Parts: sequence; C-alpha cells; structure tokens
Amino acid sequence: MKQNIQLPEGSMEKQTTTLNLGPTHPATHGVFQNILEMDGERIMDAVPTIGFIHRAFEKIAEHRAYYQITPLTDRLNYCSSPINNMGWHMTVEKLIGAKLPKRVEYLRVIIMELSRIADHLVCNSVIGVDTGAFTGFIYVFEFREKIYEIFEEVCGSRLTTNIGRIGGFERNFTDLAFQRITAFLKEFPKAMKEFETLFTRNRIFMERTMGVGGIDADRALNYGFTGPNLRATGIDYDVRVAHPYSSYEDFTFTVPIGTTGDVYDRYLVRNEEIWQSLSIIEQAMDKIKDLDPSVFHADIPDFYLPEKADVYTKMEALIYHFKIVMGETEIPVGEVYHSVEGGNGELGFYLLSDGGRTPYRLHFRRPCFIYYQAYPEIVKGMMLSDAVVTMSSLNLIAGEIDA
Amino acid sequence: MTNEEIKQKLTDKFGELVYHFEEPYGMLTFETETNNNLKVMTFLNDDADLAFTFLNDLTAVHYPDNKGKELAVVYMLQNIKKSIRIRLKVFTDIQKPDVFTASNLYSTANWLEREAYDFFGVNFVGHPNLIRIMNVDEMDYHPLRKEYPLEEQTRTDKDDAMFGR
Repeated sequence: MKQNIQLPEGSMEKQTTTLNLGPTHPATHGVFQNILEMDGERIMDAVPTIGFIHRAFEKIAEHRAYYQITPLTDRLNYCSSPINNMGWHMTVEKLIGAKLPKRVEYLRVIIMELSRIADHLVCNSVIGVDTGAFTGFIYVFEFREKIYEIFEEVCGSRLTTNIGRIGGFERNFTDLAFQRITAFLKEFPKAMKEFETLFTRNRIFMERTMGVGGIDADRALNYGFTGPNLRATGIDYDVRVAHPYSSYEDFTFTVPIGTTGDVYDRYLVRNEEIWQSLSIIEQAMDKIKDLDPSVFHADIPDFYLPEKADVYTKMEALIYHFKIVMGETEIPVGEVYHSVEGGNGELGFYLLSDGGRTPYRLHFRRPCFIYYQAYPEIVKGMMLSDAVVTMSSLNLIAGEIDA
Repeated sequence: MTNEEIKQKLTDKFGELVYHFEEPYGMLTFETETNNNLKVMTFLNDDADLAFTFLNDLTAVHYPDNKGKELAVVYMLQNIKKSIRIRLKVFTDIQKPDVFTASNLYSTANWLEREAYDFFGVNFVGHPNLIRIMNVDEMDYHPLRKEYPLEEQTRTDKDDAMFGR
C-alpha cells in the first residue's frame, strides 16, 4: 500500500493502492504492463508501459534486402500475419511500380480475408473468455485451426506465415487449398451462428460489455483509432474502401459501424465483419473461376525470385536469382506510404528508398500502438474486471505494439 | 479537393514558409520551417475545407549528410471524410533538435513523439511526458540514428562484407 495521489490541503486522507497488472498476467493475453492506481476496486489512473518485447524491426529492416523484410512483418500482428506480409509486398510493388494480374490480387484478397476472420475470431472469443464464458472460444477455435490449415497448404507455415513474394505468391494454390477454402466456407457459417447465439443476446454478456470501455467518435479520431475500434464509434473509415488496394474496389461489401464505441459495439462490428469477409471470399472464389489458373505472380523477373528448378537449368533464371539475392537489382529512389486494413486497424508502411539494397528508412504504422495510448482515458473510473474486458476487446497485440 | 488546391491554400496562407512541394506516388509532400510546424498543422486542422483532423503517422528520419538539418520529422495527416493524405516535413539540427509538439492538437502524437524521441532524440518542446517508450530508461543514445550499426562492432566472427551489411 502506498499513497501516490496528492490531495489538496485539508481534505480527508485517503489511501489508494498501486497495482501492477501485468506484464505476465494471464488476463492480459500478451506482454502488457499497466500500473494501476486503485481506490478499492475502482481504477483512478493507469500508466501503460510497453516495450517488453521490442525487437527493433525498423533498425533491422534498414539492414535487410527488401525480400528479407517479410518475415519481420509476420511478427507484428501475429494473429493475422498474412495481411502484414501482403501489406509489405504491396508497398514494395508500389515503389517499383509493378502491375499485378487480377488473379493474384483476388488470391491475396482471399488470404487476407481469411486472416481477418481468424483475427476477429480470436479477439471476439477472448472477450467471451474474459467475461467468464469459455464455451464460445472452444466452438470457433476449430475454425481458426482450419484457416491455419489453408495457410499451411498455401505457404507451408501456420502462424508466422511469410506468405507470398514481392509480385505474387511463391507457388500456385493447390487443388487441396481450394477444397479447404470451399469446405471452410460451407462449414464455418454454422459455427459462427452458434457462436453468435451464445453471446450476442446473452443477458450476462450484454451486462458485462454494454456501456463498458466506450469512447466517443471525436476522441477516437483524435487518438488515431482505426479499424473495428473506430468503426464501433460510428465512423465508417475502412482502408479497403477509402484507399482501395489489391482490387478491393471490385467487391461488394458493407462496412459495419456501431454507435457507442463500447466493448459490445466492437464485438458486434467484428462479428459483422466476419460475415462480410466470408462474402468477399465467396465473391473472390467466383471471380477467379474465369481467370487463367496458371497465373500466380506478376511478370517482374527483376524482383520475383525464379523457380528453383529454373535456376539450375536456365541461364536467365540463374542471373535473376543471383541479382535479387545479392541485391543488384535497380530499386527506384522514392518515398512511399502504403496501408492495408489489418485485423485491428490501418497498418501502414512508410518506406524511404535511396536506391540501395536495403530501405533507407522503414516505419510501421502499427494500429494498436497508436490506439493503446487511449487506454488510461478509457479505463479511468472503471472496475478492474471491466478494464480486463476492455483490453481484450481493443484487440491489442503485444508484438505489434512493441515492433 | 485536389493536391493543387491544397497547395494553393497553403501558399496563400503561409507564402514562402511552406516549400518543396512534391507528389511522390500521389501524396502531396511539403516542408516548412522548424518553428512553423504547429501553425501549419493548426491551419490544416481548423480550416473547414481542408479538415486534416486525423494524424495518421508521425516519425523521424536521420540524414547524416544533410548538415544543419540532419533530423527530419515527418507528419502524415489525413482528411478522413475525403480520404486525402498529405505529408508534412520539418528538418532540425541534430545538435539542437527542438520541434514543437503536436500532442496538444492530436492525442495520437503523444506516443509517436515519444517513439521519435526514443529512437532519434528529437526533443519535442512542450510534450507532457517526453520519456523513452520502447528502450530502457538508462540508454544513453538514440539507436535509430545512422551512426549506430546494427551489429555489435566488437564481433570478429562474422564477415558480411560480401552482403553489404
């Protein structure tokens, strides 16, 4: 017990408690520390400290060739790493001015929307866990596993995917991958409906989440909120619509918005986005049926690593392979900002190139780093248990905050 | 609203204090004097037409060869209704890297400026809590400056001369 609050002269002595929530508390789902100033069970003040898993990605990126930076982006928001990977590929493609075939862009959309579903599933089911309902988490996690199986089939890995290359994918989608996507589209809606039945109109869940952790639209904008957390406050800013990339303009989908910006609205917005993502994947699967099934990368031999078999047998492929790996390709000098709608907001890449092998400077605009600073303002005056729910509903990912 | 119109409005208001207008990859980019950044941002924020009320990103860049103007602070502002982004830069001397804070205008800037301070040592004048955010408090240098190589220089077991590290 320690007295930390300066009271005006003559006021009644009051004892507050300093409580360390985290860095390794089971309720924080990651490495977060909050030094809370508690009056009984009510939070008077919170000071978030971050940087526990800081890995200096921006510094490392200045010493890595462009194609070697993709694995770094995996480790930002590791719940939806394919979105990060493709955001990075698209940034470099914007820098070099590469035009991608439609099929590649649609395949990317499929993968990105699948990872958005996985990301939202984790977040929403964990809100359930933190309010005391473990069941929903178990119901939908089977499908997160199925999404990871699709990633595994496409790129070979599951969590930190390193999926795709600058210019497309490293290999074409197999038949099995398409079968798995189709099976997922068929089976998942049932589980999702069951999940919604469990939570959405559940009295206990509503009592625990409605009016908790709310923020109004003005403050949210001032704090740089993006993604579902901003949309829950009633602002329909979605990077997929505002600054379309990867042919998102070809798809029909709605951007769900909330009104109060509280935990319940965030939950509803994410749930609706899962349904919208499903519809986008269905549209994309339809669209690629008419396109040449052998196309899976752009024709940019200067930047796209040739197939290994060709490297051993063809001279051009060997030359390109050597030039790409040794960093001999001409990268234009330029200044690019590209952003994608990540699982929890606008993930931006600010890339400065001086024409060298590595970026001159690379800055990641990490959505949850930016909106986590609103956390003290949101939780002030709340009960401790509500602060935990608020934290999980903000979809904070330690890897992204700390970069 | 096109980039040309934004540029016109800015030059009407600030004259020669805003310069180096460019449009790399479609995003209007310009510079202003170091002590003029807040005035420009307040104008961009308050003007009903421009309404750049959303600070998208803030970061710093180190140019060691740019004598007297080594550190650049890059602001990216967005008009969220019209989805227009612009980039504003101020350059400052590394010996006296003072830049006015934008955190009173945009709460977003609070942690982003702490990050820029932590990694580049930009001193944001008027910032409410300018302390390190990622690195340990005891650190006595700013690691993202170009003079600090990535790997420890005492190591002799790695020779990466071939790969240009």
